[in-house]
Amino acid sequence: MTLVQQDRTGRTQDAPARPGRLRRPASQGRLAALLLLPAAVVVFGIILYPIARTILISFFDVNSAVATTTPFAGVRNYTEIFTSADFWASMGRTVYFTVASTTLELALGLGLALLMDQKLRMRWLFRAIVVLPWALPTVVNGAMWRGVLNAQYGSLNALLTQLHLITAYHSWLGTPTSALNMLVLADVWKTTPLVAFFLLTGLQSIPREIYESARVDGAGSLRAFWSITAPLLIPSVSVVLVLRTIDAFKVFDLVYVLTGGGPANGTQTIAYYTYVQAFSDQRFGFGSALANVIVVCILLLCAVYLRALRRNEMSLM
Amino acid sequence: MNAPLTSPLTSSLEGPGFPSRRRFLVGGLAAGATTVLAACSVTGVAAPKGSSGKGTGVVNVLFMQQAGYSTKDIDAMTAGFVKQNPDIKIVPAFVAYEALHDKTVTAAAAGTYDVVLIDVIWPAEFGSKSIVADVTSRYPASWQQSMLGGALLTAEYDHKFYGVPWGMDTKFFYYNEALLTKAHVDPASLETWTGVLDAARALKRTGTVQYPLAWSWSQAEAIMCDYTQLVGAFGGSFLDASGKLAINQGGAVEALDWMRKTIVDGLSNPASTTFLEQDVEKTMNNGQAAMGLNWTYYLGSSNTPANSKVVGQIHVAQTPAGPTGKRPGVNGAMALSVSAGSKNQDAAWKYIEWLTAEAQVDPFAMDTLPVWRSSFSTPSVTANAPATFAAAAKQLDDMIVRPQVVNYNAISKIIQVELQNALLGRKTSQKALDDAVASAAPLMAS
Repeated sequence: MTLVQQDRTGRTQDAPARPGRLRRPASQGRLAALLLLPAAVVVFGIILYPIARTILISFFDVNSAVATTTPFAGVRNYTEIFTSADFWASMGRTVYFTVASTTLELALGLGLALLMDQKLRMRWLFRAIVVLPWALPTVVNGAMWRGVLNAQYGSLNALLTQLHLITAYHSWLGTPTSALNMLVLADVWKTTPLVAFFLLTGLQSIPREIYESARVDGAGSLRAFWSITAPLLIPSVSVVLVLRTIDAFKVFDLVYVLTGGGPANGTQTIAYYTYVQAFSDQRFGFGSALANVIVVCILLLCAVYLRALRRNEMSLM
Repeated sequence: MNAPLTSPLTSSLEGPGFPSRRRFLVGGLAAGATTVLAACSVTGVAAPKGSSGKGTGVVNVLFMQQAGYSTKDIDAMTAGFVKQNPDIKIVPAFVAYEALHDKTVTAAAAGTYDVVLIDVIWPAEFGSKSIVADVTSRYPASWQQSMLGGALLTAEYDHKFYGVPWGMDTKFFYYNEALLTKAHVDPASLETWTGVLDAARALKRTGTVQYPLAWSWSQAEAIMCDYTQLVGAFGGSFLDASGKLAINQGGAVEALDWMRKTIVDGLSNPASTTFLEQDVEKTMNNGQAAMGLNWTYYLGSSNTPANSKVVGQIHVAQTPAGPTGKRPGVNGAMALSVSAGSKNQDAAWKYIEWLTAEAQVDPFAMDTLPVWRSSFSTPSVTANAPATFAAAAKQLDDMIVRPQVVNYNAISKIIQVELQNALLGRKTSQKALDDAVASAAPLMAS
């Protein structure tokens, strides 16, 4: 066994291990264990223990936050989930929200990234402005959009009326379909900057020489985009796609603040449905089972993504 | 050159003095599982762990920041208490009504709050689920006579008291006299809902206001309060004689039909299905609606120049009568409860006694009506809000309560969704209420 040591001049040299004079791996191990202990306590305490507890509770009927009597329910909570019309309706809305918001964020984010990659005057200011929506906490974003979309005194109605695009004020959150689309809009407004900056880093990692060579070979801007930019951007797109899909699938705070799941449950996503069941209706067993189902859904989504992306040689995954 | 797959540190971690990563993980999982299995129950709670305490120290209180007593009112009341009880420190927290129930539930296990504000619809749930403490033994016998009957119901379930009523509230009918005058409508015609619709048609016809009526029909408890009041006016009831949900019959269906028709006819603001009470408040304060139901506090809000363009124009009246001649007000009273998990219950009770005392609540009668009978005949109190007290004298005599059942919160959510399905024209009133009754049946039984 050899250790890499530095001599007094700072140069490195290979030297044989000399027990007694150097620290032994065992003592290094104890130190490492000691250093890892706080992190391990945190991981077990706030991640693994709650997961274990949630899995455990999902097999019981727990109808109070301070329940002492908790009859064993077996898999009844899980069978109830899969036979519940509310669950499937919530899942449908969640999938719609996820697909719509992720698609729009990718499309708009790519456009913004291409714009930010150009040599513009005051580019730093442009980039600072673009990142602002992402800097807002989601709850603040939800409250802001609730004001903007208010049917009676919202600024969107005022703007569209003054531009003569609508003749009468519209209740944007008044119907289930419209309200769900407004949720997508609020999410896209906040998260597109994040996607744009992810893609911008991807764009900046593409060597400029490739574009110059292509230009010499007579390729136009469109051809360069499809033949150079798009393929070389796939690793960044992959990362964004996975992150955003998982994030959108879990959407809760935006729904809580903007619509409260209404009207007529039209914006009740799966995470919000879980919250209502667990905390509003105090069905903690059922709510825990729902939480576990969400985790499994996200794991499946990740597995499918990673499998698909691994096939792609350009992917970083 | 092939680099080694493990770093020196990783190698050392797997050395003889340190368990492998796998062992570390398995050990951690085993420790976690042991902790789980060693816990008293799957929730980790053995029994309610509240105690009387020493009657001093910190009292954490959860209030609502919406209708009812304002934060300023509560600060003023608390200042007096702290002055008299310097060994008790009050730490208040305020949340919106919509968050109050869930905050109380989630904080229960940790015993975060010693005192919580509860709605009239929660004693059955919170009492039976050991979230708030039974304080029957602390109740002075005189309170049974000196408090309003409707107020006492606020904290009562199964012949036990789970709190002290604090603020008697109901939804009054508010109208903008200036707008009515413009449309040549006599306010005396607003005694019935039929008269209200006639007035609304006149307001619309004359172009005085686009949507004369505004309601809080958002998917929240607010829609239940408006609906309850209309169910009473149309002669319906929530429960039948056997205690089963019966909103798919008679007046309860007619009330929903009526609500839908006001939207179809363009008399109610269609955005009402997204409104809470504060949206109705803003709409009326902007002069964009001429009539609406709201809690006691609204009259004060309409007369505050900082947030109202209609100062002096809004008047309060008893809720209009329906076709049956009935005109009950929804019971919207609230109560202060001691948390079952509080370790300082004596100090918490002392604070509740102070806040609910007549001397404390009477000066704020403009925001919330007192729960004490004598307040209603004390001129210095009624002078704070003479119009409201005049309307209250009639309306508080006839109150309608929402079902006081253990699963009310879940049942209410089912009804809210079905009411909105009918209001949005997605279902007929009958179908929506049939579906609500069918979905709620298992919850009513448990």
